[in-house]
Amino acid sequence: MYASGKYSSRGPALIPRMKTKHRIYYITLFSVVLLGLIATGMFQFWPHSIESAADWTLDKRSVHDAPLVHLPVSSPIPERGDLSCRMHTCFDVYRCGYNPKNKIKVYIYPLQKFVDELGVPISSTGLSREYNDLLSAISDSDFYTDDVTRACLFIPSTDVLNQNSLRIRETAQALAMLPRWDKGMNHLLFNMLPGGPPDYNTALDVPRDRALLAGGGFSTWTYRQGYDVSIPVYSPLSADVELPERQPGPRRYFILSSQTAIHREYRAELERLKEENGEALLLLDKCSNLSQGAASARKRCCKGQVYDYPHILQESSFCVVLRGARLGQAALSDVLQAGCVPVILADSYILPFSEVLDWKRASVVIPEEKLSEMYTILKNIPHRQVEEMQRQARWFWEAYFSSMKAIGLTTLQIINDRIYPYAARTYEQWNNPPVVKWSSVNSPLFLPLIPPRAPGFTAVVLTYDRVESLFRVITEISKVPSLAKLLVVWNNQNKSPPEESLWPKIGVPLKVVRTKENKLSNRFFPYDEIETEAVLYFNYLYTYKMPGDIKNWVDAHMNCEDIAMNFLVANITGKAPIKVTPRKKFKCPECTAIDGLSLDQTHMVERSECINKFASVFGTMPLKVVEHRADPVLYKDDFPEKLKSFPNIGSL
Amino acid sequence: MQAKKRYLTLFSAGACLILLFCFGGIQVPLSRGASRRDDRSLAGYRPGARWRHFPGSLQPFSPREQDDHNEHISPRQKRDANLGVYGGKRCRMESCFDFSMCKKNGFKVYVYPQQKGEKMSESYQNILSSIEGSMFYTPDPGQACLFVLSLDTLDRDQLSPQYVHNLKVKVQSLHLWNGGKNHIIFNLYSGTWPDYTEDLGFDIGLAMLAKASISTENFRPGFDVSIPLFSKEHPRTGGERGYLKHNTIPPYRKYMLVFKGKRYLTGIGSDTRNALYHVHNSEDVVLLTTCKHGKDWQKHKDARCDKDNAEYDKYDYREMLYNSTFCLVPRGRRLGSFRFLEALQAACVPVMLSNGWELPFSEIIDWNTAAVIGDERLLLQIPSTVRSIHQDKILSLRHQTQFLWEAYFNSVEKIVLTTLEIIQDRVLQHTSRSNLMWNSLPGGLFTLPQYSTYLGDFPFYYAKLGVKPYTKFTAIVHVVSPLVSQSQPVMKLLVAVAKSQYCAQVIVLWNCDKPLPAKHRWPVTSVPVIVIEGESKVISSRFLPYDTIPTDAVLSLDEDTVLSTTEVDFAFTVWLSFPDRIVGYPARSHFWDGNKERWGYTSKWTNDYSMVLTGAAIYHKYYHYLYTTYLPASLKGMVDQMSNCEDILMNFLVSSVSKLPPIKVTQKKQYKEPMMGQSARASRWADPDHFAQRQTCMNKFASWFGTMPLVHSQMRLDPVLFKDQVSILRKKYRDIERL
Repeated sequence: MYASGKYSSRGPALIPRMKTKHRIYYITLFSVVLLGLIATGMFQFWPHSIESAADWTLDKRSVHDAPLVHLPVSSPIPERGDLSCRMHTCFDVYRCGYNPKNKIKVYIYPLQKFVDELGVPISSTGLSREYNDLLSAISDSDFYTDDVTRACLFIPSTDVLNQNSLRIRETAQALAMLPRWDKGMNHLLFNMLPGGPPDYNTALDVPRDRALLAGGGFSTWTYRQGYDVSIPVYSPLSADVELPERQPGPRRYFILSSQTAIHREYRAELERLKEENGEALLLLDKCSNLSQGAASARKRCCKGQVYDYPHILQESSFCVVLRGARLGQAALSDVLQAGCVPVILADSYILPFSEVLDWKRASVVIPEEKLSEMYTILKNIPHRQVEEMQRQARWFWEAYFSSMKAIGLTTLQIINDRIYPYAARTYEQWNNPPVVKWSSVNSPLFLPLIPPRAPGFTAVVLTYDRVESLFRVITEISKVPSLAKLLVVWNNQNKSPPEESLWPKIGVPLKVVRTKENKLSNRFFPYDEIETEAVLYFNYLYTYKMPGDIKNWVDAHMNCEDIAMNFLVANITGKAPIKVTPRKKFKCPECTAIDGLSLDQTHMVERSECINKFASVFGTMPLKVVEHRADPVLYKDDFPEKLKSFPNIGSL
Repeated sequence: MQAKKRYLTLFSAGACLILLFCFGGIQVPLSRGASRRDDRSLAGYRPGARWRHFPGSLQPFSPREQDDHNEHISPRQKRDANLGVYGGKRCRMESCFDFSMCKKNGFKVYVYPQQKGEKMSESYQNILSSIEGSMFYTPDPGQACLFVLSLDTLDRDQLSPQYVHNLKVKVQSLHLWNGGKNHIIFNLYSGTWPDYTEDLGFDIGLAMLAKASISTENFRPGFDVSIPLFSKEHPRTGGERGYLKHNTIPPYRKYMLVFKGKRYLTGIGSDTRNALYHVHNSEDVVLLTTCKHGKDWQKHKDARCDKDNAEYDKYDYREMLYNSTFCLVPRGRRLGSFRFLEALQAACVPVMLSNGWELPFSEIIDWNTAAVIGDERLLLQIPSTVRSIHQDKILSLRHQTQFLWEAYFNSVEKIVLTTLEIIQDRVLQHTSRSNLMWNSLPGGLFTLPQYSTYLGDFPFYYAKLGVKPYTKFTAIVHVVSPLVSQSQPVMKLLVAVAKSQYCAQVIVLWNCDKPLPAKHRWPVTSVPVIVIEGESKVISSRFLPYDTIPTDAVLSLDEDTVLSTTEVDFAFTVWLSFPDRIVGYPARSHFWDGNKERWGYTSKWTNDYSMVLTGAAIYHKYYHYLYTTYLPASLKGMVDQMSNCEDILMNFLVSSVSKLPPIKVTQKKQYKEPMMGQSARASRWADPDHFAQRQTCMNKFASWFGTMPLVHSQMRLDPVLFKDQVSILRKKYRDIERL
């Protein structure tokens, strides 16, 4: 556009010197070009302007304005759903493609209102508040695409969260009518309340071909491991009630049962436990004097006493979550929110997000048969573990249960992790609450490898221009048997290192690296010349993984590179450094007079400053204080020096 | 001029057109319009519009009271109903396993007696003897919770020489078979050419399968156990260490990705290996196949065979294995292949290309931390996928391969024990291991959840959880001689130890034949002194996990140990930095005696050490529990009988768990005080046989562990200013130097 603009602006300048005929010709030509440009612009913005207008109307539009679709009676019904489906058999991975971000793209079908031929809707509730929230959250996330051709996963806007509100056959027909249905391939359905009376299936009864099911209440027999996703049953109280997080610790009650629809057999069993163990247990039921409705959901009663629900859950260490007709219970969400450790009694239940969450750290699962032993089992759990579980329970709720958004995005992340397993989130990322993430240590090099002596070590000497002391250091260090290589980092750009013939002759390879700038950080650069492990890994971390602006600070102040390295290593390993054998003076005595660097008073002040600066960048003080030092086994022992491995150590 | 004009016109018209195309003015509406029309005709609605939140009030998805229909079916009936419905291919622990058989005696495993004349492969023999040597074994079927056949079921390929015939009849005639209930069947190969089904050729009834190459389709989650395919040569016990000895930074090896193996020209599993040549670049991605296998390979050979075979012979498999960052593990005829364990041991990160294979021990191992799970359908993406993996990730994947190899795979015994532990975890349910216990050092076989289900109660997870050990210790003094005078060494020791600021409690273990002395005869201390009378008075009882130990740390002492308060304090502060190791004073060393071809033991002053004796050492309480439950009765019995070597055994145990040497703290010349006025029982150290016994112990222990777990160290930890030429007043642990 820019180039052509230039061309046309030159047009008028030419005009006076031309004949009229030519002038008309040029004016015409110019207008054509101009028109062409305008047309281009029009076409370019045409579709967008329409869409943005549509967005506006969409906001004003209500659910009732969704287009009506009539389902013919004979409309095809999908297959029931194949229990043997797995990602490699029923999921078309080619649609997800290879992308550098390792992120799947998710498309949401626009809302439609399906009715049968008589005009009766397929669902009694239509789009529910929760499903609306879920779809909105997905559409606001990085997963979302509005381009159906680029999508890897498709989510119908037909709400199947609660099977009870659905007409099974017609819902299935509606799904099959979706334009990209293709035997349900790469389609994801969200369902929280599956099955219906009398036998309550543990998975959605709507026939769905190969669609993936994110279901609440799967049993081990209906859950297709690695294909379906087990999700929680969302509790509406999550949004209505705010329960501040409580410090982990002992609570007023030991065990609390707050569910109202417990089978009488189990209630009898709980009563028996209460008789045996008394005050430690609190068994609540619904309040008989309150009318049904929203208010009753927030109250529980026991022997005429009224308790606020879910607040009362915060008063107990453990909270019972028993199966009802369905395996998945919304009470689980309330219990986690209260930071109460759930005691789950639901045989064969697949716990929510069990593919990634380590429930053993947040809950106690007891077989239904062992309900009577519950008290003894729980009493045997160490206090510290109970506290960790309380914290973990609350964290699970916050991260994965607290909203439809959390539930929806967790589900998508799990599917994403399956498609790009090499970029999957780690166990620690999924399971460690922020407080643990901060304080714990996860180094990629965790094996207790004791490296062989054979490769030895590489010595790295940083120098500016003091050739004399450099050569002395080189000569001294070359006597060390395990020295493999010597690397001199020449940090002076104005002066060349001495000629090769002038360097001391030593038995190991000596390399000189000239730097581009006089920076202290050059000392820790992971030079290719370093081949031994001893120095390299931390150099790599120093150069590429040092947080914040520490590296620049060090280079600007010409100080503290060693302190920065200590912070880094302590932070990664969680360990203190190891001081070896006592030598109080590291620099040769003659050199100290010249070497002003370490003695200068301001230097010390600056180093204290460094420590404060680094601690604030790291957000913590990773340095550890220890009182020990490593010496050779026979150090200073009354033993012939000749027989010691390191005889002269400490004598200086 | 005319020509120029014409060119100008042409040029400008062209420019116009190009512009039109460039800005998509023509293209975009065309393509979008097409898809829109298409969709509108199908759904009658305009797509492309972003999904937006619908404002206004909507119904909630669930009514408040959802479980009203609860009163119909009794939950008990429902449970019983499951038992009838879910059998065979739909077996789960809830429906096919009888938990009540494990209630009384815990998780005990019975092995059927071997019948004469039954042939049995060496591998199966190894499996059975591993079970018989484990802590789960019971010879009494009445006590058993799990049953293992003595009929070799490993190879169910009918064409194999190891195939056992008439298994169906033989199994049915076992009187304890009980329809397969609570039985586990080990299998490595099933099915045969051409379809290689996963059927074992006999009715397994309600039995569980511990099977190699099992597919997700046939795998019954939480019921079967997927085991790795291992070769005849796989060692029964001990097992080789991983190949990784040191790290290389950057982590890349000579090759990026390698494979060397057979190519199947036709039939099941041939597709993937047939396609490998597409990604082979003979530089850093070297994928070699050969057609040369089977009798009549020439008949089926294709155009590529000769070229492939020639290339195949050029490379050495071992060389490739140890010099590659990633190793491809494509499916063969069956889903699993030997390449898997080979890669794992070689610290070559396995890249799985075997769709639908339920990976070994998938129930407990998080394979994403040690392998790259590829998809056969996306073979062509594999090179770019592995190249995109970050250096740090490669390092941690590599470390994890080594950890997993040594923790669960390097011997038949480990594979069998892991299988049994997985099943035990299911049986005990609420006392089972968490994911972290299985997937981090030292691994599930050394982390017994019966001790505690809390990670912070073990010495291994402090850093992972960001918590610290409890900063007090409990001293346990092992007393074997009677109290005769108040100046006896044990009295001094008790006073010195109790004075430590870190001491929470002192336990005196009275293993002396004489009756317990009166309470007032023990010294008065600021911390409680508990006297426990040893029931059987055996030496192993000093390592019992007493409930009266409230701390993480235990200070183990002999009655004649000489130790000052300062020394105790210092040793404990050191232990806080190394809670998974033994930290203490008396050091010993082991060596390989080439002449006698056995391990030797030395107490001489040497420049290194590999043991710190438990006469004066601090270690984690958990090791008491491991000593008592993990070690076999045979070793503990031997120790008790000799009243010797318990300290060596403890060092073997701790080093085999931590893979690290113990830590010796500041030297003390004399640990033992000469016994005052020789009591009835002479010091065991004075016995000349004592030393010879310790040599024997070393070798017995090494053979049970299958390897020598002890590691040498040249390091001693001293207080920072130890023997430095500064004023003694500046030294915190000054008393150590005075001794």
